[in-house]
Amino acid sequence: MNWLRRSSSEPLWKEEFPVRTADERYVTRRQLTKFLVLTSFGMFVGNLWILFRSLFYKPPTHPQQTVARLGDLPVGGVKLFTYPTSDDHCILVRTAENEHVAFSQKCTHLSCAVYFSRESNRLECPCHNGFFSIADGSVLQGPPSRPLPRIILEKRGNELVAVGIKVS
Amino acid sequence: MPGNSEVPPKTRGLTAIAGAMSLIAVLLIVQIWLLSATLESFLAGKRSSASPAAIFSGLMFLICFGLYLFVDRVDSDVRNSAGDR
Repeated sequence: MNWLRRSSSEPLWKEEFPVRTADERYVTRRQLTKFLVLTSFGMFVGNLWILFRSLFYKPPTHPQQTVARLGDLPVGGVKLFTYPTSDDHCILVRTAENEHVAFSQKCTHLSCAVYFSRESNRLECPCHNGFFSIADGSVLQGPPSRPLPRIILEKRGNELVAVGIKVS
Repeated sequence: MPGNSEVPPKTRGLTAIAGAMSLIAVLLIVQIWLLSATLESFLAGKRSSASPAAIFSGLMFLICFGLYLFVDRVDSDVRNSAGDR
């Protein structure tokens, strides 16, 4: 592998600390190139990491949790709860007489808490004016590029039970 | 405008290195975009784009590495030719 080996007879330290200014230009360019190639390697490793996570992805199992009673909220009413862990804040909205929807409260842009705007009938993020549809959590406007994760709800008797999270 | 033979080897070497560095910079920008797009798609639950993205990113890294070897070779060639004179 001769093409990989430096063919100069000078010791490495002499090459890295040249006396002439013209040679110095070469050193700085070579070092910058080395840095750029290392950054390129970092990007490649990042893509490999995502590939690894995709290949060994296991869908998480979520607990079942009662989030509200059916009559608790008026139409247009909002209730905040946490699901599946106490660190995951969610928002439940009663959109019609027999319809409830729940989403993660974390904006998919920079994780600010979204709130329900009754006037515009949508979920809004106050940080950068990202708007989400109340029907399915899709992005209506603003910097977020992904929809809000939806909490799957089931009606069991008089209770609303969260049974899972749909990320789409 | 001087012909190619009139340009001193050191200047020619620097031009070649600058060209290679520009190409590496462009590839790096594409790689950064590719990584952010793949991550965005992964977080949105779409996992099918991960493998083609990894392959293309690997290809771009190999091209960058090849260009680095070119820069290294030009550098040592110019150094040796300067030492011979």
